[in-house]
Amino acid sequence: MIELKKLSKIFESASGSVEALRDVDLTINDGEIFGIIGLSGAGKSTLVRCINLLERPSSGKVIIDGQDMTALSRRELLKMRRSISMIFQGFNLLEQRNVLKNVCFPLEISGVKKQEAERKAMDLLKLVGLEEKADKYPAQLSGGQKQRVAIARALATDPKYLLCDEATSALDPNTTRSILELLRTINQTMGVTIIVITHEMKVIDQICDRVAVIDHSSIAEEGRVSEVFTNPRSDIARELILPKDRAALDTAGGRRIRLIFNGLYSQAPIISQMVLECQAPVNILFADTKEYEGSIYGHMIVELPSDQRQADKIIAWLSNSEVVWKEEN
Amino acid sequence: MFSDMFYKVWDNGLIQMGVVETIYMTLIATFFSYLFGLPMGVVLNVTDQNGIRPTPWVNRVLGFVVNFFRSIPFIILMVAMLPVARFILGTSLGNGAVIVMLVIGASPYVARMVESSLKEVDSGIIEAAQSMGCTNFQIVSKVLLPEAKPSLINGAVISMVTILGYSAMSATIGGTGLGQVAIIYGHQRSKPDITWICVLLTVAIVQIIQIVGTHIARRTDKRVK
Repeated sequence: MIELKKLSKIFESASGSVEALRDVDLTINDGEIFGIIGLSGAGKSTLVRCINLLERPSSGKVIIDGQDMTALSRRELLKMRRSISMIFQGFNLLEQRNVLKNVCFPLEISGVKKQEAERKAMDLLKLVGLEEKADKYPAQLSGGQKQRVAIARALATDPKYLLCDEATSALDPNTTRSILELLRTINQTMGVTIIVITHEMKVIDQICDRVAVIDHSSIAEEGRVSEVFTNPRSDIARELILPKDRAALDTAGGRRIRLIFNGLYSQAPIISQMVLECQAPVNILFADTKEYEGSIYGHMIVELPSDQRQADKIIAWLSNSEVVWKEEN
Repeated sequence: MFSDMFYKVWDNGLIQMGVVETIYMTLIATFFSYLFGLPMGVVLNVTDQNGIRPTPWVNRVLGFVVNFFRSIPFIILMVAMLPVARFILGTSLGNGAVIVMLVIGASPYVARMVESSLKEVDSGIIEAAQSMGCTNFQIVSKVLLPEAKPSLINGAVISMVTILGYSAMSATIGGTGLGQVAIIYGHQRSKPDITWICVLLTVAIVQIIQIVGTHIARRTDKRVK
């Protein structure tokens, strides 16, 4: 279990100080995939670096399995880091080592014998589906393959935790999906707790159990992904789930209603019923729904007709129905 | 076509000897310059503000020493450092003394070359190594130096050519090699053909160093495929 308590980080520089994190409290349970989402500059990269103390927090505590990381000696910290692996947006493979030697690297530095290290590395390469690339160099691989090598390397020391810092942000959508699937498999089969840092809601959506939304250096909201996704409470969560700059929303003139699908009404054709019963057309501006365990979650934004009478009729219909909705500005 | 002096010098093997001595001094001086310059470059990189162990005072002191020696023209440095050669070798004469000067002159240069090669290593790779629990020593020996290898080799080629140039200058304080042949026979006895032969041979040596060095650097570099 990773517990962050009142974590703050202030960067001091000649041009003044920047508060990167303010009073962050988070608990990440063993075995879960925990997402941390935020816009760039929100502090999420600093937050994840505070977990393995690549950044030392200015105040607050990082407690991993009951052990206060900030209290460890340097030697103990280096040892502890072997159980907290990390993968990166830029992959960060050693360019002058081949794939096998890259995966061996963490074993090599912890003093594992070469033969044993190579055997383990081959097993891990098999796991990520790259055993035939063992003698290739990073420059000869695609982005997705590089990240797979990085994942194999991260798993070499049998870590309990895996920190993913924008690990899919440099990849195309298909590759992103396959890397996320790999991470989920690792989580399920090896029991590795995964912490995912991203600015993309779809990443959170695809693999995370719980999510924390970070904005302006502090946690804006936190909860199960399905809850945050269907009913975002903070402005930043709404913005991330539903980007403000969507052209369709800007050009729309009439009143806008957000319909929220929280798993209850997925079987009923709500929009059709509403339109048919009210005899009024609506304009669908945005829809994003997702299936979780057989029920539909998500939300849709519709624009009401400019005719006041028709619009009121729809509002009345919605009020009488069991649909969760609210008016958007 | 050539002056009589040229044939005399050539038949006595002075020019051939000059080539051998130039190469010999350059290689020995390069070796020792790296022996001192490489660790200095590593320390400069590691103790830098953005290094893996920022230590401003070490960086500033070493940086000052390096800049101090780098800013003295080599021909003046040589004269000024004669007592140092006498202290180390017991004599300020001969090629031994010249090599001491070359090393004093070139080590700071090498230090800066090494420092800049190490700076090219992607900070993300270093961060990844830190996240795996590497000690700083492991980062230097297993990440910084191996990752910078092609650039270090290129730097060594440039340093070697510079040292070769210095070795020619050392003729003024009694160093041997092509520089000496050019000064004594070409310049002092006004035989331009001898000077030009020395120039051509020097150019040839530099070309060979450059071509071989670049080839090794390219073959070592696993990023280009």
